Amino acid sequence: MTTAELTSSLEPGSTIRRWRLPFSPWHLVLVPLTFVLIVPLLWMVVTSLQTQGEANRFPPVLVPHDPRIANYADAWHTAPFGTFFLNSTVVALVVVVSNLVVCSLAGYAFARVRFLGSKALFLVLMATLMVPFQVTMIPVFLIVKWFGDNVSTYLGIDHLGALMLPNLATAFGIFFLRQFFQTVPVELEEAARVDGTSRLGVLFKIVLPLSMPAMSTLAALTILTSWNDFLWPLIVITNADQMTVPLGLSYFQGAHQTNWPLLMAGNVMSLVPMLVVFVVAQRYFVQSVAGTGLKG
Amino acid sequence: MSVQASGQDAAATQGAARPGWVGRLRRSEGATGWLLVSPGAILIGIFGLLPVLMALKLSFQKSDLLTPDTPWVGTKNYRQLADDPRFAEAIQHTIVYTALFVPGTMLVGLLVAAALNRSVRFISVYRTAAYITMAVSTISEGIIFLWLTDKDYGLVNATLNAVGISSQPFLASTSQALYVIVAMTIWGWTGFAVIVYLAALQGVPSELHEAAAIDGARPFTRFRTITLPLLSPASLFLLVWLTINALQLFDEVYLTTRGGPLHATTVIVYYLWDQAFVQFNAGYAAAMAYVLFLVSVVLTAIQFRLARKYVHYS
Repeated sequence: MTTAELTSSLEPGSTIRRWRLPFSPWHLVLVPLTFVLIVPLLWMVVTSLQTQGEANRFPPVLVPHDPRIANYADAWHTAPFGTFFLNSTVVALVVVVSNLVVCSLAGYAFARVRFLGSKALFLVLMATLMVPFQVTMIPVFLIVKWFGDNVSTYLGIDHLGALMLPNLATAFGIFFLRQFFQTVPVELEEAARVDGTSRLGVLFKIVLPLSMPAMSTLAALTILTSWNDFLWPLIVITNADQMTVPLGLSYFQGAHQTNWPLLMAGNVMSLVPMLVVFVVAQRYFVQSVAGTGLKG
Repeated sequence: MSVQASGQDAAATQGAARPGWVGRLRRSEGATGWLLVSPGAILIGIFGLLPVLMALKLSFQKSDLLTPDTPWVGTKNYRQLADDPRFAEAIQHTIVYTALFVPGTMLVGLLVAAALNRSVRFISVYRTAAYITMAVSTISEGIIFLWLTDKDYGLVNATLNAVGISSQPFLASTSQALYVIVAMTIWGWTGFAVIVYLAALQGVPSELHEAAAIDGARPFTRFRTITLPLLSPASLFLLVWLTINALQLFDEVYLTTRGGPLHATTVIVYYLWDQAFVQFNAGYAAAMAYVLFLVSVVLTAIQFRLARKYVHYS
């Protein structure tokens, strides 16, 4: 039998089709595939419900005999998780609001306003996107230290301000919003301009209401980046009162290396806020990543 | 677009294309434009541009980050890099890591995206499950894999034992630790790669596949000759983006191995951080950062060059 005949015998209508599954056969691929992808997360949840005795057994106990929810309360009391969450939330909120305001002002100016030097300035700002954070982190440490010594201690090392300052505006945010603003029909703006509305008025009354998808996408990406950042907090924060969630979690891990149920309970708690944000705003994450990817 | 596009030609075309009020407004727009961009420009200037210059200066100095005295040492930091066996080792680890992580993530992302690119029931649930690793922080990921690969109680060793393979030391072993970090970071980036590839797959016109199927092309042939070329912009994006991120690996190494055992997982950025913020050799670390910067620029340029030959924009 040639391969062509073999293939045609597998086409719809042949005998194989007779035992039709009540669901698409693809589920037989997708269920195991998805399971493998989320096994690390499932195992984290399982361990977070084990007793320490169960966790230190081999082969592992797959289903905890008597799920120990108290691990969560223990983790919450062992380390100041409440403080970590509050710090991460405050930093993320300030950074998101600042990025939305500052980047939309600049993005709009670069998209619509003609001013001397705009092209050169835009190129210079975009060039910073090429620079790895590792190049700038040592000087930024010195600059933040300077702000703490000379402007306000709250902006300096070991304060939340140090986590906010370098991230208040990003070249990516400006670029992203500029690209979007350029797609807003210019006729709408011109009509308002003829009526005497100022540039700021046009931005806030016409352009921004039409740009909510782009603003939401930037907000979602900024929250995720800010919340999950680790290297910068590690450099500037040593005081537990000022730690963000990932930094606090890493110290918690260092202090309770062998108490896996406690660690995993802390880990689950630390993941919940971003998982919720991600599922709620999934559309925006997908758009942003897919959008940048396709423009290559 | 530019204001400098002056001269009579430009003025004439602009005058013809636009009503007079635009011309009048434009004269007063300079101040508005600068006012609108200034908050962003100042912030990025202080925290994005100034540090690039400061780092360059620092790379020719000796600094411990604390004392204000930073004497010039000329090219000593760069010359020292060339003779530092630990830096050479870190480069080697970074190359091995990048060479495995980047193609690994692209392959996993492509396979998962291909499986998810169909309309069956609950497909959005499957997709969310595949995307979700994007929301997991590098620190959570590190803790999870530290536990999964635990040499005494880990789930991975239990699975290996079940199929007759003896327990492995994984992160505790100089010969295995780096590969465990490759595996955990591939998992962490799967969500991102799947989103990119799935969006690209959805852009592949089904007519092309149907036409090829009528001509007798089998699924694998169609995938290779139709789908893969149409995915090339997405592949280029992932190649460049994942490489840049692979060169900057730090979080997982810090959390799981602290560069050990016996420096086996010390990658460039880990060594850089250690030199700057543990050993307080900030000048030396700045020189290292500039070498890293140069390498990533060169790599990106090479990748875009190769792309001219292999990437098709439909």
